Amino acid sequence: MNTQFAIFVFLALATLIGAASVALSRNIFWSAMGLLSCLVGVGGLYVMLSADFVAITQLLVYIGGVLVLILFAIMLTSQIQEISVSNRSVGLVGGYLIFFVVSTLLSFVALWAPWRLTSKEPVANTTVALGDGLLGTWLLPFEIASVLLVATLVGAIVIARKEVKSDS
Amino acid sequence: MPHLTLSHFLVVSALLFGFGVLAVVTRRNAVAVLMGIELILNAANLNLVAFGRYVAGGISGQVFGLFVIVLAAAEAAVGLAIILAIYQMVRNIDTSQATTLKE
Repeated sequence: MNTQFAIFVFLALATLIGAASVALSRNIFWSAMGLLSCLVGVGGLYVMLSADFVAITQLLVYIGGVLVLILFAIMLTSQIQEISVSNRSVGLVGGYLIFFVVSTLLSFVALWAPWRLTSKEPVANTTVALGDGLLGTWLLPFEIASVLLVATLVGAIVIARKEVKSDS
Repeated sequence: MPHLTLSHFLVVSALLFGFGVLAVVTRRNAVAVLMGIELILNAANLNLVAFGRYVAGGISGQVFGLFVIVLAAAEAAVGLAIILAIYQMVRNIDTSQATTLKE
């Protein structure tokens, strides 16, 4: 019994079942819960790829930030009392067709392409290496990302606020 | 049971991407479309980290993944702000109802 492979299968199932319920559930709230399962599963897969810092970031940013934002948006906008109509789908036949074509094609490429694998061992303590990298090799993209975050913050507030016109 | 290889992760990521596209194409609720986009970004990110682990070596793939997570958070914040603005305007977030620009 290969424990590592068993854990991988469990995480992959959690990811894919969550993703399927995001795409197919009739209740928007269950879609959000599916997204939760999917994000936790992907975080676990990062751990299996020995990317511990990315996994923690995934948990903090996605589940602590994005998912809570999405839940707020659902509560504020959908008529969640009428559960069955809150999350309609149209054109499911075409959607399934696209799903099967895209995932079959990508899986085919993934399985048959001759990847040139590296024999290097994974970095043991990625937090140190990532900190060095972000303030060294990747300093410019890091700074641009922080400017982008400020712009996003201001933009989101400007878009979402209610305009109050003064009488004068 | 077989040993874990790059292809396992790539197949999971391909299916995740497919579900994301399915959600984006078929959903009428704008929030659900945004969730589909999050699935697609996660699939791409899983690919980046997996290639970084098995093909490139080192941490470049993980750095790229971190930047993608930052961009995804920014995209979600702006997207949900736009959805709230649309909701204040037409009291609905059905993507087939927001057709003011077409008329």
